[in-house]
Amino acid sequence: MKQELIIAGFGGQGVLLMGKLLAYAGMNEGKEVSWLPSYGPEMRGGTANCSVIVSDEPVAAPIVQEASAVIVMNRPSLDTFEKNVVPGGLLLVNSSLIDVKATRDDIRVYYVPVNDIAAQVGNPRTANIVMLGAFVALTGIVTPEEVLTALRHTFGPAKEHLMPVNEKALAAGAAAVAP
Amino acid sequence: MAKKLYKGNEAVAEAAIQAGCRYFFGYPITPQNEIPEYMARRMPKVGGTFLQAESEVAAINMVYGAGGSGARVMTSSSSPGVSLKQEGISYIAGAEVPCVIVNMVRGGPGLGSIQPAQSDYFQATKGGGHGDYHLVVYAPGGIQEAVDLTMKAFDTADLYRMPVMILGDGMIGQMMEPAEIPEDYQPIVTDKSWATTGGGRRVINSLYIQPDELERVNLRLQKKYALIKEKETMYDEYLTEDAELIFAAYGTTARICQSAINMLRADGVKAGLIRPITLWPFPDAPFAAAAARDGVKKFLTVEMSCGQMIEDVKLSVGGRKEVAFYGRTGGMIPMPRDVYHYALSVMR
Amino acid sequence: MAVVFKKTSMLTDVPLHYCPGCTHGIIHRLVAESIEELGAADKAIGVAPVGCAVFAYNYFNCDMQEAAHGRAPAVATGIKRVNRDCVVFTYQGDGDLASIGTAEIVHAAARGENITVIFVNNGIYGMTGGQMAPTTLPGQVTTTSPYGRDTSHCGYPIGISELLSTLKAPSFIERVSVHDVKNVVNAKRAIKEAFRRQIDGKGFSLVEVLSTCPTNWGMNPLDALKWLEANMIPYYPLGNYKDRDKEAASK
Repeated sequence: MKQELIIAGFGGQGVLLMGKLLAYAGMNEGKEVSWLPSYGPEMRGGTANCSVIVSDEPVAAPIVQEASAVIVMNRPSLDTFEKNVVPGGLLLVNSSLIDVKATRDDIRVYYVPVNDIAAQVGNPRTANIVMLGAFVALTGIVTPEEVLTALRHTFGPAKEHLMPVNEKALAAGAAAVAP
Repeated sequence: MAKKLYKGNEAVAEAAIQAGCRYFFGYPITPQNEIPEYMARRMPKVGGTFLQAESEVAAINMVYGAGGSGARVMTSSSSPGVSLKQEGISYIAGAEVPCVIVNMVRGGPGLGSIQPAQSDYFQATKGGGHGDYHLVVYAPGGIQEAVDLTMKAFDTADLYRMPVMILGDGMIGQMMEPAEIPEDYQPIVTDKSWATTGGGRRVINSLYIQPDELERVNLRLQKKYALIKEKETMYDEYLTEDAELIFAAYGTTARICQSAINMLRADGVKAGLIRPITLWPFPDAPFAAAAARDGVKKFLTVEMSCGQMIEDVKLSVGGRKEVAFYGRTGGMIPMPRDVYHYALSVMR
Repeated sequence: MAVVFKKTSMLTDVPLHYCPGCTHGIIHRLVAESIEELGAADKAIGVAPVGCAVFAYNYFNCDMQEAAHGRAPAVATGIKRVNRDCVVFTYQGDGDLASIGTAEIVHAAARGENITVIFVNNGIYGMTGGQMAPTTLPGQVTTTSPYGRDTSHCGYPIGISELLSTLKAPSFIERVSVHDVKNVVNAKRAIKEAFRRQIDGKGFSLVEVLSTCPTNWGMNPLDALKWLEANMIPYYPLGNYKDRDKEAASK
């Protein structure tokens, strides 16, 4: 099993964290992983994206151009990265913030209103975790349990109180794409 | 010990500490800022010293003073900052002071860009400062290798009394991969009775005003370099046994070439890779051996530069086979598919 | 027979290469005697500059490092951070410290780096053959200011003691001269005090020593001493510019 993923959005949406959580979870499941962020002069509010690879085989190039999946959290990211999905690949669109449809018909597209769902579960800042829940449910590349373990590790004891709402967010994301 | 997910810059910093580095002098520059930041947090906790210098020039001269006093010491920077350090590096090489210098290369020339590049190969391997000298230059291809080579770099520096460089790029610095940093590393112990620790009459110096004396020093350095070439040359090969096309690439670019090779192999094109791990000393033997094989048709050097390492590849191949080149520059990264297409055109 | 004078053991027996009448020899002796008298001979580490004093590592009888031009304060920082119990000093001229090495000296001083700097100011580049220094006086003729230093073209000399004394961290900054016996004795006092501050852990200390260059000034040694007194001292007033011990006592 192998996922070569691009996650994109604007700074502050937690797209780099989404990638890190997947890499952590993959590593803890004994898979080969890599995480490569875009980096630029912007500190906040600019665009951000990362390449994440989770694979049963050793990772060669850590940068992803032909993505098995792309997650876009804002409109400019859809415009930039829709073309990077391989035919038959997966595109996850944050339909809370993106009001247009994808143009391609050779890929699987899911529209998930992650900001709205996050607000419903009780914390608007969990939008990225909602999206991660959807992605993990669709691909099975790692288990939701490992994602939560990775999140707990990232949060540390000081933010343990945020775990329940994030757990709900992850599950809500999965439910949103359930067949 | 279990593997942990490390960002390249932080892995290099922690590896240095585990290798006994207790002094770090640096100056902020993207894309290596996580190294000084990590050292600023970590050094006080291990009884070490982190000092943010007023410039890269000052930082490398602090390294000279501390290394000359026998300490395991490191500095890190990125291309424009490493240019500034060249004066000090030449003095350190001349005075035979051990130290480790990290360059997370970004696009140049000038202020260039902050994106990954490999355009400092000439500077790193041909002596970026003045005079007849070399650094041992390690080019890690991933985070675990960055850890291993950083730890080795301190031993190599002490063993040969010379500056050693870790030549990464923005990708190595910024990416995360699982790695294991041993906490029980035993640094090699060398005689440091030459170091200025007070109470002696030792001189750390690179000035030899009499030409015959300086020539003797230079010839002695050359003997040392010959020994290093014999003992310390490192490289890796990937699917070269039956290869008709041999890639030459180092660092992250070698990983991109591996992806391209996998695509080519899937199409029935027999491609392989020779990856120099030490850029100086350059591993010319595997290239010469491959060039002598009938089955090898061509070489293809891939770099994030306009073509620098290709000169060493050509020297090693010695005109026996054609050496083609594919490069991206300015912070553009060669993509596996583009490398694949270029390789197909070369083999046509 | 009673010994009434003995060369300090902190100087080697290597003959000095300085020109006849140059005051570097006097300043070397004052530095060496101060270190010896303070009982720091077995923990002294010096840093030599680039300039006339480039061979200072041959003369001071202790561990020495030879720095690149202007970088001695940075090298001394590296040495001192490793050897915290040692007495670390730099010996620098005006081209080295006040021109190419301004960043290093300002920041070593601003950090309060616990080192002692001996700054020898003779207003000219000696070793390279008498070119204009940052401390060359207005109107002074050198090989690169052959019509006299034109301040409308290349500005005014830098008063290093004045400049560094605006910083908070330095413990001790004083300007002295060695043009006569009285001033030599006073220079010794200041240099010794500067080293004492370091030994007491008080931080950065610097002594600026006005010095002569008979060769490149084109004078005999005696005239050079008179010229220093008549021309340099009015521009570079002698005295203490910073003394944190006194500042603390007066509060």
